[in-house]
Amino acid sequence: MKNIKFLLLGIFFAIVLSKSQAISWYRFYEMFKFQSFHMFGIIGGAVVISAIIMQLFKSGKIKDINGNKIVPKPKKKGVISTVFGGTLFGLGWGISGACAAPVFVILGFKFLPALIILLGALIGAFIYGLIAKKLPN
Amino acid sequence: MDFLLQPWPWFIGGPLIALSLFLYFYFGQNFGASTNFETLCTMAGAGKVSDYFKKDWKQRDFALLFVVGLIIGGFISANFLVPNPTIDLNPTTVQELTDLGFANVGESYFPAEIFSDDIVFSLKGFVILILSGVLIGFGTRYAGGCTSGHAITGLSSLQLPSLLAVIGFFIGGIIATWFIIPILF
Repeated sequence: MKNIKFLLLGIFFAIVLSKSQAISWYRFYEMFKFQSFHMFGIIGGAVVISAIIMQLFKSGKIKDINGNKIVPKPKKKGVISTVFGGTLFGLGWGISGACAAPVFVILGFKFLPALIILLGALIGAFIYGLIAKKLPN
Repeated sequence: MDFLLQPWPWFIGGPLIALSLFLYFYFGQNFGASTNFETLCTMAGAGKVSDYFKKDWKQRDFALLFVVGLIIGGFISANFLVPNPTIDLNPTTVQELTDLGFANVGESYFPAEIFSDDIVFSLKGFVILILSGVLIGFGTRYAGGCTSGHAITGLSSLQLPSLLAVIGFFIGGIIATWFIIPILF
Protein backbone atom coordinates (compact mmCIF):
# COMPACT_ATOMS: atom_id res chain seq x y z
CA MET A 1 0.00 0.00 0.00
CA LYS A 2 1.99 2.97 -1.26
CA ASN A 3 -0.79 5.34 -0.18
CA ILE A 4 -0.68 4.37 3.48
CA LYS A 5 1.29 7.58 4.07
CA PHE A 6 -1.89 9.55 3.38
CA LEU A 7 -3.66 7.62 6.13
CA LEU A 8 -0.87 8.55 8.57
CA LEU A 9 -0.93 12.16 7.34
CA GLY A 10 -4.70 12.22 7.98
CA ILE A 11 -4.16 11.03 11.55
CA PHE A 12 -1.47 13.68 12.06
CA PHE A 13 -3.58 16.48 10.55
CA ALA A 14 -6.58 15.47 12.68
CA ILE A 15 -4.46 15.61 15.84
CA VAL A 16 -3.11 19.06 14.85
CA LEU A 17 -6.64 20.39 14.26
CA SER A 18 -7.89 18.81 17.50
CA LYS A 19 -5.03 19.96 19.72
CA SER A 20 -5.06 23.54 18.38
CA GLN A 21 -8.86 23.57 18.91
CA ALA A 22 -9.40 24.36 15.21
CA ILE A 23 -12.37 21.99 15.13
CA SER A 24 -14.20 23.68 18.00
CA TRP A 25 -17.51 25.36 17.21
CA TYR A 26 -16.69 28.07 19.76
CA ARG A 27 -13.41 28.96 18.06
CA PHE A 28 -15.19 29.68 14.76
CA TYR A 29 -17.94 31.64 16.50
CA GLU A 30 -15.23 33.76 18.18
CA MET A 31 -13.42 34.23 14.86
CA PHE A 32 -16.49 35.43 12.95
CA LYS A 33 -17.30 37.75 15.86
CA PHE A 34 -13.71 39.09 15.82
CA GLN A 35 -13.46 38.36 19.54
CA SER A 36 -10.27 36.30 19.46
CA PHE A 37 -7.02 36.19 17.53
CA HIS A 38 -6.62 32.40 17.90
CA MET A 39 -8.13 31.20 14.58
CA PHE A 40 -6.76 34.18 12.63
CA GLY A 41 -3.34 33.27 14.00
CA ILE A 42 -3.72 29.62 13.00
CA ILE A 43 -5.01 30.29 9.47
CA GLY A 44 -2.76 33.34 8.92
CA GLY A 45 0.30 31.49 10.23
CA ALA A 46 -0.46 28.48 8.04
CA VAL A 47 -0.90 30.71 4.96
CA VAL A 48 2.31 32.71 5.50
CA ILE A 49 4.46 29.61 5.99
CA SER A 50 2.71 27.81 3.13
CA ALA A 51 3.40 30.81 0.87
CA ILE A 52 7.14 30.38 1.55
CA ILE A 53 6.83 26.64 0.86
CA MET A 54 4.98 27.40 -2.40
CA GLN A 55 7.87 29.63 -3.53
CA LEU A 56 10.29 26.74 -2.90
CA PHE A 57 7.96 24.49 -4.95
CA LYS A 58 7.75 27.03 -7.78
CA SER A 59 11.48 27.61 -7.96
CA GLY A 60 11.96 23.85 -8.14
CA LYS A 61 14.13 23.77 -4.99
CA ILE A 62 11.80 21.17 -3.50
CA LYS A 63 10.59 18.31 -5.68
CA ASP A 64 8.04 15.67 -4.74
CA ILE A 65 8.79 12.16 -3.55
CA ASN A 66 9.02 10.94 -7.17
CA GLY A 67 11.36 13.76 -8.21
CA ASN A 68 8.66 15.69 -10.09
CA LYS A 69 8.21 19.43 -9.91
CA ILE A 70 5.40 20.39 -7.52
CA VAL A 71 2.74 22.56 -9.19
CA PRO A 72 -0.43 23.51 -7.29
CA LYS A 73 -3.45 23.02 -9.53
CA PRO A 74 -4.98 26.28 -10.70
CA LYS A 75 -8.29 26.94 -8.96
CA LYS A 76 -11.37 27.24 -11.11
CA LYS A 77 -12.03 30.81 -12.12
CA GLY A 78 -15.32 32.67 -11.92
CA VAL A 79 -16.25 35.59 -9.71
CA ILE A 80 -19.89 34.59 -9.12
CA SER A 81 -19.14 30.95 -8.37
CA THR A 82 -16.30 31.61 -5.96
CA VAL A 83 -17.93 34.50 -4.08
CA PHE A 84 -21.47 33.10 -4.02
CA GLY A 85 -20.40 29.48 -3.49
CA GLY A 86 -18.00 30.68 -0.83
CA THR A 87 -20.78 32.60 0.92
CA LEU A 88 -23.05 29.54 0.96
CA PHE A 89 -20.19 27.48 2.40
CA GLY A 90 -19.53 30.24 4.97
CA LEU A 91 -23.18 30.14 6.08
CA GLY A 92 -22.95 26.41 6.78
CA TRP A 93 -19.51 26.80 8.34
CA GLY A 94 -20.69 29.63 10.61
CA ILE A 95 -23.75 27.72 11.81
CA SER A 96 -22.23 24.29 12.40
CA GLY A 97 -18.57 25.22 12.86
CA ALA A 98 -17.61 22.35 10.55
CA CYS A 99 -15.73 22.49 7.26
CA ALA A 100 -14.63 19.83 4.82
CA ALA A 101 -11.71 18.24 6.71
CA PRO A 102 -12.87 18.95 10.29
CA VAL A 103 -16.26 17.32 9.72
CA PHE A 104 -14.43 13.97 9.52
CA VAL A 105 -12.34 14.79 12.60
CA ILE A 106 -15.51 15.75 14.49
CA LEU A 107 -16.87 12.28 13.66
CA GLY A 108 -14.27 11.00 16.12
CA PHE A 109 -15.55 13.42 18.79
CA LYS A 110 -19.29 13.68 18.29
CA PHE A 111 -20.26 10.86 15.98
CA LEU A 112 -23.98 11.23 15.42
CA PRO A 113 -24.24 15.04 14.95
CA ALA A 114 -21.18 15.01 12.65
CA LEU A 115 -22.69 12.14 10.66
CA ILE A 116 -25.79 14.26 9.98
CA ILE A 117 -23.62 17.20 8.83
CA LEU A 118 -21.65 14.84 6.58
CA LEU A 119 -24.86 13.38 5.15
CA GLY A 120 -26.00 16.95 4.44
CA ALA A 121 -22.67 17.76 2.77
CA LEU A 122 -23.01 14.72 0.48
CA ILE A 123 -26.56 15.78 -0.44
CA GLY A 124 -25.22 19.30 -1.11
CA ALA A 125 -22.40 18.02 -3.33
CA PHE A 126 -24.91 15.77 -5.13
CA ILE A 127 -27.31 18.69 -5.78
CA TYR A 128 -24.35 20.70 -7.11
CA GLY A 129 -23.45 17.85 -9.47
CA LEU A 130 -27.01 17.72 -10.79
CA ILE A 131 -27.30 21.43 -11.56
CA ALA A 132 -23.64 22.40 -12.10
CA LYS A 133 -24.10 23.07 -15.82
CA LYS A 134 -27.03 25.42 -15.24
CA LEU A 135 -25.30 27.57 -12.62
CA PRO A 136 -23.67 30.91 -13.52
CA ASN A 137 -19.91 30.99 -13.22
CA MET B 1 3.97 14.00 27.16
CA ASP B 2 2.77 17.00 29.11
CA PHE B 3 2.89 19.05 25.91
CA LEU B 4 0.70 16.49 24.15
CA LEU B 5 -2.02 16.89 26.76
CA GLN B 6 -2.06 20.72 26.80
CA PRO B 7 -4.01 22.76 24.25
CA TRP B 8 -1.66 23.98 21.51
CA PRO B 9 -1.41 27.74 20.88
CA TRP B 10 -1.95 29.21 17.40
CA PHE B 11 1.78 29.52 16.71
CA ILE B 12 2.10 25.73 17.01
CA GLY B 13 -1.11 24.90 15.12
CA GLY B 14 -0.48 27.23 12.15
CA PRO B 15 3.02 25.89 11.29
CA LEU B 16 1.89 22.26 11.73
CA ILE B 17 -0.98 22.85 9.28
CA ALA B 18 1.62 24.24 6.86
CA LEU B 19 3.70 21.10 7.47
CA SER B 20 0.66 18.96 6.60
CA LEU B 21 0.24 20.90 3.35
CA PHE B 22 3.93 20.45 2.59
CA LEU B 23 3.78 16.69 3.14
CA TYR B 24 0.60 16.38 1.06
CA PHE B 25 2.31 18.08 -1.90
CA TYR B 26 5.57 16.24 -1.25
CA PHE B 27 3.65 12.95 -1.50
CA GLY B 28 2.58 14.11 -4.96
CA GLN B 29 -0.96 15.40 -4.47
CA ASN B 30 -2.80 18.70 -4.10
CA PHE B 31 -3.88 19.54 -0.54
CA GLY B 32 -7.63 19.85 -0.06
CA ALA B 33 -10.58 18.03 1.44
CA SER B 34 -13.87 18.96 -0.19
CA THR B 35 -13.44 16.90 -3.39
CA ASN B 36 -14.02 13.89 -1.13
CA PHE B 37 -17.70 14.85 -0.92
CA GLU B 38 -17.90 14.31 -4.67
CA THR B 39 -15.87 11.11 -4.52
CA LEU B 40 -18.18 9.68 -1.84
CA CYS B 41 -21.21 10.59 -4.00
CA THR B 42 -19.59 8.75 -6.92
CA MET B 43 -18.97 5.69 -4.76
CA ALA B 44 -22.59 5.76 -3.60
CA GLY B 45 -23.66 5.48 -7.25
CA ALA B 46 -24.43 9.12 -8.15
CA GLY B 47 -23.00 8.44 -11.62
CA LYS B 48 -26.23 6.63 -12.48
CA VAL B 49 -28.15 9.87 -12.09
CA SER B 50 -25.69 12.47 -13.38
CA ASP B 51 -22.68 12.32 -15.70
CA TYR B 52 -20.98 14.81 -13.38
CA PHE B 53 -20.24 11.93 -11.01
CA LYS B 54 -18.98 9.50 -13.67
CA LYS B 55 -15.41 9.57 -12.45
CA ASP B 56 -12.90 6.94 -11.54
CA TRP B 57 -12.78 7.20 -7.74
CA LYS B 58 -9.89 4.76 -7.53
CA GLN B 59 -7.63 7.58 -8.75
CA ARG B 60 -8.57 9.41 -5.56
CA ASP B 61 -8.12 6.54 -3.14
CA PHE B 62 -5.23 8.43 -1.49
CA ALA B 63 -7.71 11.17 -0.49
CA LEU B 64 -10.12 8.59 0.92
CA LEU B 65 -7.30 7.13 3.00
CA PHE B 66 -6.56 10.66 4.22
CA VAL B 67 -10.23 10.94 5.28
CA VAL B 68 -10.07 7.61 7.12
CA GLY B 69 -6.95 8.98 8.84
CA LEU B 70 -8.87 12.12 9.84
CA ILE B 71 -11.57 10.02 11.51
CA ILE B 72 -9.00 7.82 13.31
CA GLY B 73 -7.03 10.92 14.38
CA GLY B 74 -10.20 12.54 15.69
CA PHE B 75 -11.04 9.41 17.66
CA ILE B 76 -7.52 9.21 19.13
CA SER B 77 -7.64 12.92 20.07
CA ALA B 78 -11.11 12.70 21.60
CA ASN B 79 -10.23 9.69 23.74
CA PHE B 80 -6.57 10.18 24.63
CA LEU B 81 -5.19 13.59 23.71
CA VAL B 82 -7.80 16.09 24.92
CA PRO B 83 -8.22 15.28 28.63
CA ASN B 84 -9.45 18.82 29.28
CA PRO B 85 -11.67 20.12 26.45
CA THR B 86 -12.20 23.55 28.05
CA ILE B 87 -11.85 26.43 25.56
CA ASP B 88 -10.30 29.64 26.86
CA LEU B 89 -12.89 31.96 25.31
CA ASN B 90 -13.15 35.72 25.36
CA PRO B 91 -15.50 36.62 28.30
CA THR B 92 -17.60 38.67 25.84
CA THR B 93 -18.16 35.53 23.74
CA VAL B 94 -19.18 33.55 26.83
CA GLN B 95 -21.61 36.29 27.91
CA GLU B 96 -23.16 36.62 24.43
CA LEU B 97 -23.73 32.90 24.02
CA THR B 98 -25.06 32.58 27.58
CA ASP B 99 -27.52 35.40 26.82
CA LEU B 100 -28.65 33.45 23.73
CA GLY B 101 -29.46 30.52 26.01
CA PHE B 102 -26.33 28.36 25.58
CA ALA B 103 -25.37 26.48 28.75
CA ASN B 104 -21.80 25.63 29.91
CA VAL B 105 -20.22 27.84 27.22
CA GLY B 106 -16.61 26.87 26.47
CA GLU B 107 -16.54 23.88 28.82
CA SER B 108 -16.22 21.51 25.88
CA TYR B 109 -15.31 21.79 22.19
CA PHE B 110 -18.90 21.58 20.99
CA PRO B 111 -22.06 23.17 22.44
CA ALA B 112 -24.64 20.58 23.48
CA GLU B 113 -27.29 22.83 21.92
CA ILE B 114 -26.01 21.82 18.45
CA PHE B 115 -23.81 18.76 18.99
CA SER B 116 -25.56 16.23 21.18
CA ASP B 117 -27.29 12.98 20.34
CA ASP B 118 -30.53 14.31 21.93
CA ILE B 119 -30.46 17.31 19.60
CA VAL B 120 -30.04 15.06 16.57
CA PHE B 121 -33.39 13.46 17.39
CA SER B 122 -35.20 16.80 17.69
CA LEU B 123 -36.65 18.26 14.50
CA LYS B 124 -34.97 21.65 14.96
CA GLY B 125 -31.58 20.15 15.77
CA PHE B 126 -31.71 17.71 12.87
CA VAL B 127 -32.72 20.42 10.39
CA ILE B 128 -29.94 22.78 11.59
CA LEU B 129 -27.31 20.04 11.22
CA ILE B 130 -28.43 18.69 7.86
CA LEU B 131 -29.03 22.11 6.26
CA SER B 132 -25.67 23.45 7.36
CA GLY B 133 -24.18 20.28 5.88
CA VAL B 134 -25.99 20.87 2.56
CA LEU B 135 -24.65 24.46 2.48
CA ILE B 136 -21.12 23.19 3.18
CA GLY B 137 -21.28 20.48 0.51
CA PHE B 138 -22.95 22.62 -2.16
CA GLY B 139 -20.92 25.74 -1.35
CA THR B 140 -17.49 24.09 -1.46
CA ARG B 141 -18.21 22.43 -4.79
CA TYR B 142 -19.63 25.61 -6.34
CA ALA B 143 -16.70 27.66 -5.04
CA GLY B 144 -14.21 24.95 -6.05
CA GLY B 145 -12.70 24.39 -2.62
CA CYS B 146 -12.91 24.72 1.14
CA THR B 147 -10.71 26.11 3.89
CA SER B 148 -7.85 23.69 3.09
CA GLY B 149 -8.07 24.05 -0.68
CA HIS B 150 -8.82 27.78 -0.96
CA ALA B 151 -7.86 29.49 2.31
CA ILE B 152 -4.58 27.60 2.79
CA THR B 153 -3.47 26.17 -0.59
CA GLY B 154 -5.04 28.79 -2.87
CA LEU B 155 -4.09 31.89 -0.87
CA SER B 156 -0.54 30.70 -0.28
CA SER B 157 -0.07 30.06 -4.01
CA LEU B 158 -1.43 33.57 -4.66
CA GLN B 159 -4.51 32.58 -6.65
CA LEU B 160 -7.13 35.29 -7.13
CA PRO B 161 -10.17 32.92 -7.13
CA SER B 162 -9.13 31.75 -3.68
CA LEU B 163 -9.07 35.29 -2.32
CA LEU B 164 -12.61 35.78 -3.67
CA ALA B 165 -13.70 32.46 -2.17
CA VAL B 166 -12.24 33.33 1.24
CA ILE B 167 -14.03 36.72 1.14
CA GLY B 168 -17.21 34.71 0.46
CA PHE B 169 -16.44 32.31 3.35
CA PHE B 170 -16.23 35.29 5.71
CA ILE B 171 -19.35 37.00 4.37
CA GLY B 172 -21.27 33.76 4.99
CA GLY B 173 -19.68 33.10 8.37
CA ILE B 174 -20.37 36.63 9.59
CA ILE B 175 -24.01 36.50 8.43
CA ALA B 176 -24.36 33.14 10.20
CA THR B 177 -22.88 34.19 13.55
CA TRP B 178 -24.19 37.75 13.72
CA PHE B 179 -27.70 37.21 12.30
CA ILE B 180 -28.69 33.56 11.94
CA ILE B 181 -27.44 32.06 15.23
CA PRO B 182 -29.40 34.69 17.26
CA ILE B 183 -32.57 33.79 15.32
CA LEU B 184 -32.05 30.04 15.78
CA PHE B 185 -31.38 30.22 19.54
